[in-house]
Amino acid sequence: MATSNLKPTDPEYKRWVDPATGEYRVIEPGQTFKSVTDKITRIVLTPHTPMGWFAIFALAGAGATVLLVAVTWLFLKGVGIWAITQPVAWGFAIINFVWWIGIGHAGTLISAILLLFKQQWRNSISRFAEAMTIFAVVCAGMFPLIHVGRPWLGYWMLPLPYTMTVWPQFRSPLEWDVFAVSTYATISVVFWYVGMIPDFGTFRDRAKSKAGQYFYGIISLGWRGSVRHWMRYETASLLLAGLATPLVLSVHTVISFDFAVAILPGWHTTIFPPYFVAGAIYSGFAMVLTLAIPLRKFYHLEALVTERHIDNMGKVMLATGFIVAYGYGMEAFMAWYSASHWEAFMFWNRMFGPMGWSYWTLIACNLAIPLTTLWSRKLRTSIPFMFVMSIIVNTGMWFERFVIIVTSLYRDFLPSAWGTYRATKWDYMTFLGTLGLFTTLFVLFVRFLPMIPMNEIRMLLPGAKILPKKPKEVGR
Amino acid sequence: MPPREGTYGLLAEFDTPGDLIRAARQAHQDGWRRMDCYTPYPVEEAAEAIGFHTNRVPLLCLIGALMGLAAMFSLETWVSVIAYPLNIGGRPLYSWPAFIVPAYEWTILWAGLSAAFGMIALNHMPTLYHPLFNAPNFRSGALVDKFFLCLEALDPKFDLAESRKYLETFEPNSVVEVEY
Repeated sequence: MATSNLKPTDPEYKRWVDPATGEYRVIEPGQTFKSVTDKITRIVLTPHTPMGWFAIFALAGAGATVLLVAVTWLFLKGVGIWAITQPVAWGFAIINFVWWIGIGHAGTLISAILLLFKQQWRNSISRFAEAMTIFAVVCAGMFPLIHVGRPWLGYWMLPLPYTMTVWPQFRSPLEWDVFAVSTYATISVVFWYVGMIPDFGTFRDRAKSKAGQYFYGIISLGWRGSVRHWMRYETASLLLAGLATPLVLSVHTVISFDFAVAILPGWHTTIFPPYFVAGAIYSGFAMVLTLAIPLRKFYHLEALVTERHIDNMGKVMLATGFIVAYGYGMEAFMAWYSASHWEAFMFWNRMFGPMGWSYWTLIACNLAIPLTTLWSRKLRTSIPFMFVMSIIVNTGMWFERFVIIVTSLYRDFLPSAWGTYRATKWDYMTFLGTLGLFTTLFVLFVRFLPMIPMNEIRMLLPGAKILPKKPKEVGR
Repeated sequence: MPPREGTYGLLAEFDTPGDLIRAARQAHQDGWRRMDCYTPYPVEEAAEAIGFHTNRVPLLCLIGALMGLAAMFSLETWVSVIAYPLNIGGRPLYSWPAFIVPAYEWTILWAGLSAAFGMIALNHMPTLYHPLFNAPNFRSGALVDKFFLCLEALDPKFDLAESRKYLETFEPNSVVEVEY
């Protein structure tokens, strides 16, 4: 809910504004330390896994198996099974790489940037958004590796002292990608794990089974909640957030350099870094919604992931959507203003050429539908609408990468070199397979790890207020 | 070496962070030093109350950052200028602007790893066993909804009977003796 303009007479006022302090609530009233802990630990420590979980796990696992088949066949036959050829030498693999990395960026934005901005509403969604980041990076990182054609030589990208004394070319954005993506993956995993240590301590103390006690006991590293530990922990979390913020901006910037540094019309543009980063956050928030909406319903977390979260995410999408719209507008403007007929032809062809349908799909999904409707608070707080919208934006952002890659490549400088691009079934299988892998990892995460950070939620509860001394009877 | 048998300390349990902070502040004023508070989420005031101020995590993070920066930048320079010089269109071998990106990433990588592992090391973790886990009420409350103050037996002021009486003046829910 947009709380700032709620009137005290509004029936929703009591729900969103704390009458005692006049502060806006992030989570529903009536939660205590114990109720929050019970709710979140029960999801993981219950011996009864819901049947629905198995159903989703089976479906997602089937998807991951498709990926296994597709990649096995790829390794046996080579990248010729994909549709990539001249002139379109980058196809689904790079589209998916950029799309998945972009999705990951919202997780870091929520867990790091909103932490630095003290946006407390992030506390409920930060953990699973961070998990989403890691699993998205897993899916993304795979694509360049399998795209190289000879994946067993992937280690050539690293600066290692081989017997052949060949070293990587540090002036290439493709080499920068290696460092950007590997650092991003490492720091995200570390940030995620550090965030979970105290919650693992709670799990260890509450686990009934021996296996659970050992497992969570070891991964909690013996966390016991000493305030000295907490202070170092808080410092480390803030530092990691402060480091992850410039990192996340650099990652998609470096990925945009893969394109922008080339002299190809449609790629060679300075708007790419900010426009890629905004697009990444746009699609990432859409993916957070795609995951959060079924999750809060399935596990009855409506009190912790409230309409206000959905509403706020809608607003972030609206803002980043407009940055993306500015990027599209500026691309079109520069195609005309640069007076380069290569640029002008490329852009004309992108809109009205044989692949024009992909451009208009992107405009419809990323601009026309979301940027007209997300203004409405009523629609932003409508759960089914936001779920549909998240799927639309994810589709649109996938098409954005398709448009950038395919429509810039398939019309080369001379008509004799023109070609087309038609994805093969192996392309589709690989893409759908990564969706399966992502979902598999995510459902495993929800089942075995704390998906909502209990220690951060506790800070938002009324019990965390430091009150002056009261007589004991009243205080209890 | 601290003794590994006998009493580790006395553990007082409180219901609210406010009660804990008042007790901890008073105990620190009365000269207690070997003590600690245990809370289910970070309570900055409690750390201040027991006189915890210096925190070396930022220093470790800075050292890590500088090491990462130096390591990658010198590696890039050595590879590109000495070990494997490539003449591509006559561009300079020491093309430092192109080296910024990997050096920047490694600065962040090493800084982040130093902050995280530095925090874990300074906290003496992993410590899978701790005497406090023997206290009957610690594991059910410390990381859920209770706030604890522990006066440790290593403090020169510690006396089992006297210290227990002292803690009871803060009106805790309970005071229990923690054994090694």
